[in-house]
Amino acid sequence: MESLVKKFTQSSLALPLVALAVLLLFNAFFVDDFFKIEVMENGNLYGRPIDILYRASSLIILALGMTFVIATGGIDISVGAVVAISSATCCVMLGGDISGIPEHPFFVAILASLCVGIVAGIWNGTLVAKLKIQAMVATLILMTAGRGIAQLMTDGQIITVYYKPFAYIGGNIPGVMLPTAMIIALAMVLLVLFINKRTSIGLMIQSVGINANAARYAGIKVTAVLFAVYIFSGFCAGTAGLIEGSLIRAADANNAGLNMEMDAILAVTLGGTLMVGGRYYIGGTIIGAITIQTLTTTMYAIGVSSDRLPAVKAIVILLIIVFQSEKFKEMYRNYKLKRLDAQLGSKKEVTNA
Amino acid sequence: MALEDNEYILQMKHIDMFFPGVKALKDVSFNLKKGEIISLMGENGAGKSTLVKVLTGVYHKTNGEITFDGKVIEPTTPLASQQMGISTVYQEVNLCANLSVAENIYIGREPRGAFGRIDWATMQKNASDLLFRELGIDIDVTKELNFYPVAMQQMIAIARAIDTQCKVLILDEPTSSLSDKETERLFKIMRNLKSQGISIIFISHFLEQIYTICDRITVLRDGTYIGEYDIKSLPRIELISKMMGKEVKEGEIESNVDKSVPRENVFLETEHVTVPGKVKDLSMDIKSGEVVGFAGLLGSGRSEIAETLFGTLLKSSGNIYIDGTAVSVKTPMDMMKNRIAFCPEDRKVQGIIGDLSVRENIILALQAKNGMFKHMSRHRQNKLADYYINLLRIKVSDREQLIKNLSGGNQQKVIIARWLATEPNLLILDEPTRGIDVGTKSEIEALAVSLAKEKGMAVVFISGEMGEMVRTCSRVMVIRDHEKITELNDDEISTAHIMQAIAGDYHGKSC
Repeated sequence: MESLVKKFTQSSLALPLVALAVLLLFNAFFVDDFFKIEVMENGNLYGRPIDILYRASSLIILALGMTFVIATGGIDISVGAVVAISSATCCVMLGGDISGIPEHPFFVAILASLCVGIVAGIWNGTLVAKLKIQAMVATLILMTAGRGIAQLMTDGQIITVYYKPFAYIGGNIPGVMLPTAMIIALAMVLLVLFINKRTSIGLMIQSVGINANAARYAGIKVTAVLFAVYIFSGFCAGTAGLIEGSLIRAADANNAGLNMEMDAILAVTLGGTLMVGGRYYIGGTIIGAITIQTLTTTMYAIGVSSDRLPAVKAIVILLIIVFQSEKFKEMYRNYKLKRLDAQLGSKKEVTNA
Repeated sequence: MALEDNEYILQMKHIDMFFPGVKALKDVSFNLKKGEIISLMGENGAGKSTLVKVLTGVYHKTNGEITFDGKVIEPTTPLASQQMGISTVYQEVNLCANLSVAENIYIGREPRGAFGRIDWATMQKNASDLLFRELGIDIDVTKELNFYPVAMQQMIAIARAIDTQCKVLILDEPTSSLSDKETERLFKIMRNLKSQGISIIFISHFLEQIYTICDRITVLRDGTYIGEYDIKSLPRIELISKMMGKEVKEGEIESNVDKSVPRENVFLETEHVTVPGKVKDLSMDIKSGEVVGFAGLLGSGRSEIAETLFGTLLKSSGNIYIDGTAVSVKTPMDMMKNRIAFCPEDRKVQGIIGDLSVRENIILALQAKNGMFKHMSRHRQNKLADYYINLLRIKVSDREQLIKNLSGGNQQKVIIARWLATEPNLLILDEPTRGIDVGTKSEIEALAVSLAKEKGMAVVFISGEMGEMVRTCSRVMVIRDHEKITELNDDEISTAHIMQAIAGDYHGKSC
C-alpha cells in the first residue's frame, strides 16, 4: 500500500490528477447534483460531467497536437487562428443557403477543412524546420494572418449554415447517446496512443526536444520530425475548427477558436510537459484540458459571471503551476528536512537531559 | 626595472578570469613591446580568446592588472578600449555587409558638415585616401561591402581599426579564410604597420605563418601561462610540446603489444575530398580490421575529417568510396546505411540525450536507422540494452536510469553501445576518453583494439593524448592545418615521431 502511494506521488500524473480531484471535490460539496447524469427524452446523455467532457473536446484535440510541438521545444500559437480558418472553410463550402441545401457535399467540406489545417501545419513546419525561424515568431505570423484569411473567405460576413447535418458535429448524431465532439476527441486520443505505442516517433520527438544536436548525430532526421509535429498540430486545429464551427452553426472569423491556443498550451503545461521540450505526457495533457474546462464549468455553476471568469481562472492556474514548479518542490523538501532535523534535535535534547 | 617596463606598450599581469564554476584564466601574464608582432599560441580552449576579450573589455577580469601606454587601465567595453587605442579584427568580419565601404570605415564617427549633416564627399575621399595610403588598396569606396571578397573585407576591417589612432592591433585568426597570395599581402601590411610603431597580436593556427611573421610567442595552456619566447630560440617541436604539455623524448619506447592487423580489403577510401575551410584535399583509405589514428592539435581539422566521413559535414568536391563503390552523402543516415558509426567529440552536446534513459539512448541510432515505423518491441529493447550494459560493463542502477545521472565514462560507454547496436563496419571514436577516469580509459582503448581484431571492424581513433594513439593504433595519419601531412605505420608510431610530424620535422618512412 505504502509503495503504491509512493509510486503515485512520484508519477508525473500525480499533480494534474490531484488538481482535478480537488476541483471535483469542491463541486461535489458546493454544486448540487454535480455528478448526476440523466438520459434525456431524445436519448442523449445529459449532466455536468458529460457537459465538461463535451465542452473540453476541442481543447483536448488542440492540446494533443500542442503536446508534440512543445515536446520538440517549440510552440504553435497559430492553432486558434487555424480553428477560425478551418471552420470558415467548412461553412463557405456548405454555403449559407436558407433552404438548407449544401453547395458542396458534406464530406468534401469536412475534407477541405482538415486539408486547410494540414496546409497551415506545412506552412508552420516550413518556417520552423526548414527556415529555422523561432517557433514563437514563426507561428505568430499565421496567428496574426489567420483571422484575416478567414475574414477574406467569409467576405467579412458571419455565414450561418442551415444544412442540418452540419450541426451533428458539435451536437449529437440522432440516436447516439454521446456528443459527437466527445467521440471525435476520443478517437483522436486513441489515434495518438496508437501512434505512441506502435511507432518510435515519440522517442524521436523527445530526443529532438532534449538535444536536437545529439539527435542529429544519432541519425534522426530532425527536420522531418519538426515538420511532422507542426503538420499534426495543424491537423488537430482543423478538426477542432469543424467542432467549433458546428457548435454555433456559423463561420465567425473573429471569435472562432479565440484564445484557444493559450488554453491548449496551458493544458499541456498543467499536464506536466515542460515548455523546454523533452518528455511529454499525453495523459497529463488530457487531464489538463479537462481541468481547465471543469474550472470554467464550476465557476459558471457557482455563479461567477463570464467577465470575471478569467481572473478566477488565473488564480487557480497560478496555484497549480506554483505547486508543480521545481523551486516549490525544492522548498518543500527543505522544509521537510528542517522539520526532521528539529524533531531529531529535540529528541537529542531529551536524551541528553 | 622601470626603464625596462617602459619598452612595453602593454602589460597584463597576474590575470585571473572566472566564469561561473570555471576558472578560464589562471595567473596569466602577457607583455607586448612597441612595434613588435607577437603570437598568442595554445590549443583550442587554452584561453587565447578569453585573454583577448579581457583586454578588449568584452569580459571583465577577476584579478590582475593591465598597464597600457604607461597607465593602469580597466577595459570596460570594446568601444572604450578602442578609444584608448586597442583595436581588434575578428575572424569573421564584423562589418555591415550592406553598407558602403566608406560608411563601414567611418560608421559612428562620420565627418559632419553644416547643421550636423553627414559630409559624404569628405567621407568618401578620406576612405579612399586611407585605404590607398595605409594598405595600398585602390577600390571604389561607394560600393557595398558585400561587393568585395572576404579577403578585401578583412583589409577594410584592418583599415578601420588602424584609422582610430590604434596602438595595439589584435588580429584573431585573420588568415583562416585567405588564400596564400592574400595572406602574403596581409603580411606586407602587417610589416608596414610594425614599422610605424604599431604592435600587433597575431592569433593563428598556422605554424608556418607564425614563424614567418612573428617576433615573439606567448604560450598558454589550459588557461595558464606557460611562457614567452623569442621565435628564434624556440624550435617548432618545442612549441608543440609546450602547447600540449608533453616533453618530447627522442627514442622513447612505448609498448605496442597486441595491436590489430589490418586485413586486405579496403573498406573506405577518399579521393581529393575537400570541405571548404574544414578539410583540404584528403586522400586516404581505411582497411577492415585496423585501428587508424588521426593525430593533430586541437583545431587541426581531425574532427572535421571524421564528420566528413559520417556525413555531418558535406564535402564540396572529391569522392568517397565504400567497398569500392562511390557513395553520395547528404545526411548522416546515408553513412549509417553504409555501416559507418560515429561517436562525436563533445559527449554532452553531441552525444547523450540527457533526459532519456540508458535503454533509450542505446537503441536510438538503431531505431533511427530502422525507421520509426519499425518500432522495436519493449522486450527487444530491454534485451539489447541489457546485452550492451553487460558487454561494456556499464555501471547503472538499472537500464531505466537517466543517462545524465551516469559518470562521464559510463555515458561514453552508452554512446559506444548505441553505435555497436547498429553493427557498423567502421566505428569512428572522436576523443572517446576525454574527461574519463584511467580505468575506463584503458577499457575503451582495449575495446577499440579488440573490435578491430576480433570482429574485423575498422576503427578510427582520435585523441589528443599521444600515448593513447601509440597504444591503440596500427596506423596514424597526421593532420595539420586541415590537411593530412603524413602517415606513420607500425613501429614508426611513437609520441616523438607524431609530434615531430605535427611540427613538420618528420615526414615518415613512406614519404
